[in-house]
Amino acid sequence: MVPIEIRDVSLIYDTPGGKVPGVKDVNLNIGASEFVCIVGPSGCGKSTLLNIVAGFLEPAAGEIRIGGKKVDGHGMDRGVVFQDFAQLFPWRTALGNVTFGLEMKGVPKDERERIAHEQLRLVKLDKFTGSYPHHLSGGMQQRVAIARALAYNPSVLLMDEPFAALDALTRDDMQRLLAEVWRETRKTVIYVTHNVSEAVYLADRVIVMTPHPGTVKAEIRIPLSRPRDPLSVEFLDFQKELLRHLGHETGTNEPTKTNGKADA
Amino acid sequence: MTEGGQRQRTLLRGTLSLLAAAAVYEAMARSGYFAPALLPTLPTVARTLVASVADGSIIEHAAFTLYRVMFGFALSVAVGLPLGILMARFSRVEHFFLPLVSALMPIPSFALVPLFMLWFGIGNLTTILIVFYAATFPMMFNTWSGVRSVNPLWLRAAGAMGADEHKLFWKVIIPGASPFIITGMRQAFLRSWIAVVGAEMIAASDWGLGWVIFDAKEFLNTDVMLASLVVIGLIGFMFERFIFGSLERMTVLRWGMMRAAKG
Repeated sequence: MVPIEIRDVSLIYDTPGGKVPGVKDVNLNIGASEFVCIVGPSGCGKSTLLNIVAGFLEPAAGEIRIGGKKVDGHGMDRGVVFQDFAQLFPWRTALGNVTFGLEMKGVPKDERERIAHEQLRLVKLDKFTGSYPHHLSGGMQQRVAIARALAYNPSVLLMDEPFAALDALTRDDMQRLLAEVWRETRKTVIYVTHNVSEAVYLADRVIVMTPHPGTVKAEIRIPLSRPRDPLSVEFLDFQKELLRHLGHETGTNEPTKTNGKADA
Repeated sequence: MTEGGQRQRTLLRGTLSLLAAAAVYEAMARSGYFAPALLPTLPTVARTLVASVADGSIIEHAAFTLYRVMFGFALSVAVGLPLGILMARFSRVEHFFLPLVSALMPIPSFALVPLFMLWFGIGNLTTILIVFYAATFPMMFNTWSGVRSVNPLWLRAAGAMGADEHKLFWKVIIPGASPFIITGMRQAFLRSWIAVVGAEMIAASDWGLGWVIFDAKEFLNTDVMLASLVVIGLIGFMFERFIFGSLERMTVLRWGMMRAAKG
């Protein structure tokens, strides 16, 4: 797997109300196979930063290197998972969704279906390969999206609040599953969330961002061994530390929660 | 409730409302207030219908009408679908065609029949072109809306997975716009079917269901007119229900991109 370097990245949004800084002078080094979570309140630029790494947005200044190679537009070295369930193609079955990237790559049909079956087994959906997305629950759809992003074997996985629209119980399951998937695939992961306990559960390192303009405020290593116990004292201490960083800076009741229960 | 039971109930309800309407008509026809020549009873209409089916005449007329409709409709899809897509994809095409569509769409195709007759004569060419005119705009308009309504997230996801413009078009935009495209086809066919009967009345000679109705007026053959109307309604219904209905069931309904109508 490969490291990601983010060098002096800035982006300014041109809105009808004037120029709004999205992110400003962000510098980050992410190690190969490292799991990094970016947390912060809405508007802190965490999704913007992810979209720049994904190549959907072009930074106004600075550059991003993945495995030493400068990012220019999107590429198949990165897999992307979005928050919205609607990201799946409704006209394709779970299997058809997962084979899409391989199809674009020109992998022969038998081969791509074999790989897709494997990926769907990894996210525990091997019984639903023939189902269309609208017959799957939200959690299952997000698992298909993860399998789809992994299928063409990118070295980097970019995830933008993939579980934010799920209920709390499903989300717990999904976090466990993602931790397993990561342990097996060893992708370099950037995971954006506004959920502090999710970040502590998943990440090797948590990046705290603050808005106006979006900048990195703190970096916290989570050296806890996996699988992690969300009720252990150390876990809760890390949560508190993160919340202190967030609450201190924002001062208001931004939608940053210690657990998923109050989330939409 | 099972799906079969649901469908049976729907069928029963539909039959009941048709029967009720038929009963009202029959009561009026038999009331004695109207001349039987103007308001023939249903058995008379049925006899005429059976006779014209038996001697094959109405089938031949229907075949002519269908030929004109299918030709014009196919042309409208062949032109309207790509134009709608081009309009949605390229603002220059959009800027050129949108005012044109807005100006031409409100003109009833029937109003063009006399003009087309002078230009193209009486017969198939004029009727087909009238059908084409009637059907192209809904096809174009719906396709245009459909392509614009394709979820940007699908484009983004497909782009991230390495889809180029060509693949994006065939593998994402077309299926993504399919609910609108199918609706466009449905509307285009309906308009075609309405337009063809009108066009045949004045611009077709000797053949076609529209011509049969118009010709029957000369001899006060109301039973022939009503029998032809039944055939027109039946064919339209069958297309709507079976062809477009199953097209929908096989695609957008199966994919959950559109919900089934309540039975």
